[in-house]
Amino acid sequence: MILWNALLLALREIRRNVLRSALTVLGIVIGVAAVIVMVTLGRGATAAVSEQIASLGSNLLMVRPGQGFGPNRASARAFTLADATALAAQAGDLQAVAPAASTRSTAIFGNRNWDTMLTGSTNAYLLTGNWKLADGRTFTDAELRAGRAVCILGATVQRELFAGQSPVGSRIRLKRLNCTVVGLLAAKGQSAMGTDQDDVVLLPIRTFQRRVAGNTDVALLITSVRSPDLTDQAMRDITAVLRQRRHLGAGEEDDFNVFDTRQISETLTGTTRVLTLLLGAVAGVSLLVGGIGIMNIMLVSVTERTREIGIRLAIGALEREVLGQFLVEAVVLSSCGGLVGIALALLAGAAITAAIDIPFVLDVPVVTLAFAFSAAVGVLFGYVPARRAARMDPIEALRHE
Amino acid sequence: MTTASTTMPMIRLRGICRVYGSGQATTWALRDVNLDIDAGEFVAVMGPSGSGKSTCMNIIGCLDTPSRGSYHFRGVDVCQLDRNARALLRRHYLGFVFQGYNLLSRTTALENVELPLVYQGVSRGERRRRVQAALAAVGLEGREHHTPAELSGGQMQRVAIARAIISSPSVLLADEPTGNLDTARSREIMELLSRLNAQQGITIVMVTHEAEMAAYAQRTVRFVDGRVASDALTRGAA
Repeated sequence: MILWNALLLALREIRRNVLRSALTVLGIVIGVAAVIVMVTLGRGATAAVSEQIASLGSNLLMVRPGQGFGPNRASARAFTLADATALAAQAGDLQAVAPAASTRSTAIFGNRNWDTMLTGSTNAYLLTGNWKLADGRTFTDAELRAGRAVCILGATVQRELFAGQSPVGSRIRLKRLNCTVVGLLAAKGQSAMGTDQDDVVLLPIRTFQRRVAGNTDVALLITSVRSPDLTDQAMRDITAVLRQRRHLGAGEEDDFNVFDTRQISETLTGTTRVLTLLLGAVAGVSLLVGGIGIMNIMLVSVTERTREIGIRLAIGALEREVLGQFLVEAVVLSSCGGLVGIALALLAGAAITAAIDIPFVLDVPVVTLAFAFSAAVGVLFGYVPARRAARMDPIEALRHE
Repeated sequence: MTTASTTMPMIRLRGICRVYGSGQATTWALRDVNLDIDAGEFVAVMGPSGSGKSTCMNIIGCLDTPSRGSYHFRGVDVCQLDRNARALLRRHYLGFVFQGYNLLSRTTALENVELPLVYQGVSRGERRRRVQAALAAVGLEGREHHTPAELSGGQMQRVAIARAIISSPSVLLADEPTGNLDTARSREIMELLSRLNAQQGITIVMVTHEAEMAAYAQRTVRFVDGRVASDALTRGAA
């Protein structure tokens, strides 16, 4: 019998038992929808994370005093500006070295004030952090050398203090410091850790040391490496230079640590990948359960239709024709479930990604695979009932009440 | 074997035995049955319940295989055929009519009747044409789109007969075709079968309990305890 006929028969049989068919394929619908939604969300989250990692800056090595996160961390000596200069001069694979020190403070403009992060650094900070200027200029060499009272605002601070107006040329107060705004940073948004990167006021590091912190400490050296494959070499160079400058003997441990930002992205994407896998596995299990549901109802259907099968066999249907009929029915059933599941997943995926603000990444291979899987479930779990039908003894089948 | 077909009858049973079970529980449904049926015959098979007449019909219909003995249908040794080959033989050469009609429920008369042609791979247009002709031959013009639930017993049996003859079979096997019908309906069905036998030359083998129905046939074979007890021309037959 031609496939077309089997298809028509299958569709008719499904129409005859609409409710039963719908309930039967519910497992498949949920399974397919779950697989696609999970993968879509996983991909979206990964994309969002990589985007945020990229906004941190590329090929960054963060050097901090202290080792690990223990109590001795605070006691470790801070860096100095001379350390930054020495690193820039002696470690040849570094593109930029930005010394940085930060503290929280209130920024005041007119009758508005805003609690923000004051960071003292150099123009290298803009380079290592992938910052663009939206307005104004960077610090001049003279301002950096002399530690003048100038600053560059982050987009959040501009929004809060200047209500979106251009701040360049205005004076704001930071603690006891009256400070001229010379530039405005382009917005970068949230970091991978969920902090607002735009909530920042940038000062020349000397200005920060003398007039805000009152010391010469550099809490952080942000260095960017020329190319990703030089990272390991750069870490060794930085360690060597700093050990020498900090007079560490051969037996002593480093009293500072070099942190590669790639580790953050690797950890985060690794975590999301594992999560995606886990959720996918759960969804796979629900597909399996859906398949068992189909097998169950197909077995019931075969028993119910024993007489029909007997008639078909007596009339001269071949074993493979009866097998084909029931197999096609199972596949049509499960494929319908797959299609409904895909539709459901696309709706749910679009809604959820919009709600939690991550990109909606439609993974066509996964959708195709999920559909193929649903059809395969039909073949796999439809086979046993179909074979039972095909192997029936026509005499017994015709006698069946 | 093909050369023999010219001299062999349509159906030749030789030493047919059919045994169910084994050991103590062994039941002999048929014991050493010999039977020849020629093309164009109308044979009634009679006998008490359990006499083996239905088993014999199933063997003739290639639905069952004998435990011993040989069965030649149109010169072909059916015992040598596998399940699929026997299915093809049924598809092309045999038509079945059952006591319980055995129509597909919730399926129109048209679709029921065309079923054998679907398996034969006949095109849709050709199927429709032949269904019309077959339904006309059994006197059911205009009932193409009725489902079994909308038909009377007699009409259902006519649909079943139309289905059995649509593929122009060599032999029509009827297992108590009037068993579920009242006398008037039964006579109509029997007249229909006689007409098909006389006009279209279809060989008919019919199992029946009722002597009145057997009288429509030209020959009556009587089974007792799995053996052919008598085999005679029906009174009044030519």
